[in-house]
Amino acid sequence: MLPEIVAQNTSPSLSVPWWKVVYNFSPLTEWIDKSLHNAMTPFWTTVTEMLIIGVLILLFYALVGLFLVYAERKVCAFMQNRLGPNRVGPFGIFQTIADLFKLLFKELVPIKNADGFLFNLAPYIVIIASFMAIAAIPFAKGLHAIDLNIGVLYVIAVSAMGVIGVLLAGWSSNNKYSLIGAMRSGAQIVSYELSVGLALITIVIMAGSMQLSVIVEAQRDGWFIFKGHIPAFIAFIVFLISSTAETNRGPFDLAEAESELTAGYHTEYSGIKFAFFFLAEYINMFIVSSIAATVFLGGWMPFHVSHWEGFNHIMDFIPPFIWYIGKTFFVIFMMMWFKWTFPRLRIDQLLTLEWKYLLPINLVNVLVMAFIVLMGWHF
Amino acid sequence: MASIMFILFSAMIIVFSILTVTSRKILRAAVYLLFVLVSTSGLYFMLNYQFLAAVQLTLYAGGIVVLIIFSILLTSHISQKFESSGWKKNIFSAIAAMTGAILSIITILDYTFSATTEAAKEVNMRLIGKSLLSVDYDGYVLPFEVISVLLLAAMVAAIVVAKKGAPKTIGLPKLNQE
Repeated sequence: MLPEIVAQNTSPSLSVPWWKVVYNFSPLTEWIDKSLHNAMTPFWTTVTEMLIIGVLILLFYALVGLFLVYAERKVCAFMQNRLGPNRVGPFGIFQTIADLFKLLFKELVPIKNADGFLFNLAPYIVIIASFMAIAAIPFAKGLHAIDLNIGVLYVIAVSAMGVIGVLLAGWSSNNKYSLIGAMRSGAQIVSYELSVGLALITIVIMAGSMQLSVIVEAQRDGWFIFKGHIPAFIAFIVFLISSTAETNRGPFDLAEAESELTAGYHTEYSGIKFAFFFLAEYINMFIVSSIAATVFLGGWMPFHVSHWEGFNHIMDFIPPFIWYIGKTFFVIFMMMWFKWTFPRLRIDQLLTLEWKYLLPINLVNVLVMAFIVLMGWHF
Repeated sequence: MASIMFILFSAMIIVFSILTVTSRKILRAAVYLLFVLVSTSGLYFMLNYQFLAAVQLTLYAGGIVVLIIFSILLTSHISQKFESSGWKKNIFSAIAAMTGAILSIITILDYTFSATTEAAKEVNMRLIGKSLLSVDYDGYVLPFEVISVLLLAAMVAAIVVAKKGAPKTIGLPKLNQE
């Protein structure tokens, strides 16, 4: 667009061999940034980069959603000694794609006495909340859309917005099942958010920063779950329990308990609007798992043990992205394991678990961690 | 880029603020309020003050609006609609709002804003935590403690209000006797 700028910098090239990009994405992103700057004005560069990142995250979002639905059905089948989906494609891997097309073609049933505006708005709020959270997650070295200096707080803040969509969906459907489901979910998410926040704060005390890239970098010589020994491990367990509750998954899926509430807050939704809620649930699970992987298990950082140079060097050969995906799916598998092995809790048991057990444990744990960090007893 | 985003956020704040007070359905008003609060946090993000933006999202959007919506869910039915207020009320509240707006606009226009020459500072958690609990010249320990006392008083008051009296034993059938 502007020839004088093009004349100044000759076309930039990738500073490292292309296959090394999998170990560090920053040369690639810098190269894209420079090439775009050469071709356009700064304004359009920003717009294009925002578009590229948006499209990439959307694609990732859809792929992860499709894969997780398939994985959930296979894991469920494995737990129950069945085969699971096995007809569409080898091992049934195209089953969710077929389901997606089915949902796309389904009729959107309009509800006569519903509040139309809020009814249609609710799925978007749920989707947007999870979409905003996924932008702050470090996927690999240099593959990080926004690195806010309050990354952990941002993810908690943004993912808390999803509950508003659930509440709106339940109320605007004008249906008793939906309303009860929404209220349960509201009470549940508002209370379990506390435990999620406090469990993460325990690790923030250790890392001394809320910036996700700094937290990952601080785990170069050992993951926090090993470095912080007992308090970090307790925080990890509490985080697993409370984040399972926060994503409305079993055994805490009272908001959509099908035996008593049909489908809870999304009873009245059909077609692609239902798919939005369904997808958001799986993406929320992915987000909390990647936060758990990043904060407790080192994110994309390979498994390092301090002073074992040879071992660390071998571990470095596995690309960071593989480490990140592996840890995230490990946590996801555990959450699926919970869902298919534990019976569903009653609402009073659920609130008792949070307010009488998890919260006091968590508060004491934060103190213990602060003490350990002060005394320098961690590794 | 920045000015476009600023205009977008300001327009959203103005439009949704007006909708909040004019909507006759109570839950819609709460949702418009949510949009106002989220756009405000967008303005904070533009200022690069990410901590305040995230606090705005957690406390106002994620906390207060959720509580408002939750209480609406418990108390009102979907078919409820406010009656439209009379023309007298409309005119007088419009006059009051306009007077307030004009006064603040005049004050803002009168003030000469001088651009700072200092470099932009990154506000990280460490800095915020240290200045909140510091007793030095630019420390905020006194307001911090005063607000903590206020919060404690509010929580005690809430517990007192919510606390039930001694359990009544008169009406309960006693099944286990004999």
